[in-house]
Amino acid sequence: MSTRIYSCLKCIGEKIIENKDFLTELDREIGDADHGVNMARGFRAVIEKVPSEEHDIGAVLKKTGMTLLSTVGGASGPLYGTAYMEAAKVLAGKESVNAEDFKLSLEAAIAGIQKRGKASKGEKTMLDSLIPALDAFKEKVDAGGSFGDGLDAACAAANEGIKFTKTIAATKGRASYLGDRSIGHQDPGATSATMTLEVIRDFIKE
Amino acid sequence: MVGLVIVSHSWKIAEGIKDLTDQIAVGHKGIICAGGMEDKEIGTDAVRISEAIKAADDGDGVVVLADLGSGIMSAETAIELMEDEDIIVKLADAPIVEGTVAAAVSAVSGDKIEDVIMAAEETRSMKKINS
Repeated sequence: MSTRIYSCLKCIGEKIIENKDFLTELDREIGDADHGVNMARGFRAVIEKVPSEEHDIGAVLKKTGMTLLSTVGGASGPLYGTAYMEAAKVLAGKESVNAEDFKLSLEAAIAGIQKRGKASKGEKTMLDSLIPALDAFKEKVDAGGSFGDGLDAACAAANEGIKFTKTIAATKGRASYLGDRSIGHQDPGATSATMTLEVIRDFIKE
Repeated sequence: MVGLVIVSHSWKIAEGIKDLTDQIAVGHKGIICAGGMEDKEIGTDAVRISEAIKAADDGDGVVVLADLGSGIMSAETAIELMEDEDIIVKLADAPIVEGTVAAAVSAVSGDKIEDVIMAAEETRSMKKINS
C-alpha cells in the first residue's frame, strides 16, 4: 500500500496535470506558455519515479525535488525543485507531519524559492501566494487553531494572493518584459502554488 | 586544465558552441554540453548540469556558462547540488557564445580558473563592429 506522503504527492500531481491547459493559458498571456506543460511533465515523472512505499518523508520529498529539477525544464523546475528539497531537509527522518513541522517546512521552502529566484513579495510570483499563506497559517495556529484550521486560513490567503497578482506588474521572469501590460493577469506560479496548498489541505482534513 | 560546461535551453545551441570551441581548443577533453532536457526537448536540467560538471573536472575546477533566465537558475542549483563534492565550480556572467569561446582559449592555454572566468566575462564589453 502506498504511504500517505506518496498519496498526497500523487494528488498534487493529478491536480496539476488536470489543470495543465489552464496553467499554460495563464502563462500564454504574460509569459512563454509553458508553465502547465512543464509542471505536468514534472509531476508525471514524480508519480512514476518517487517510491510509493518509502516512509521517510524527507527522503520522499528530496526525490520529488530532484525529479522536478530534471524534468520540468523551465524556471519552475529549479524553483519548485529547490522548494521541495528545502522542505525535505526539515522533514528528514519524519514519518508524519504536524502543524509545527508543516510551518517549518513551508518556511524553508519559501526561503529556498526566494534564494533561487532572488525575488520577494510583490513581484507577481508564487511568493505572493505562499508568503501570505504562511503568515495566515502561523497566525491561526498560534491563536489555538488546529492544523486543518491553519491550512484553511493558508488557502484563503493564497487565493487572495492570486487576486493580488492581478493588480501588480511583474518584475521577475519572462513576464517582466511586459511591464505594466502584465497588470490584469493572474500569475501562473501563484496559481499552481495555491493548488498545491489546497490539495495538502484537503488531504490533511479528509 | 580548467573544464567548461555549456548550459543552454537548446541541445543544439550547446552542441553548436562546442563545435566552435573544438576548432580552437583542440585537445581539451573537459568541455561538456548540458543543453536541453534528457530527451532533447527545450529546457534546462540541474541534475544533468551537475553530472556535466563532474565530467568536466580534472582537478583544476570548472567554469559554467549559461544562456537565459532559468538556465542561470538551473546552473546555480546544479552548483549547490555539488556542495559535498571536492570540485571548484563557478558560474561566469558572460554571453554564452563569445564567453565560451574566450574561456576555451584561456583554458586550453593553461590559465587558472580565475583567469578563465575573467576571459569569459571580458567578452561582455567586447565591441563586435569597429567603426
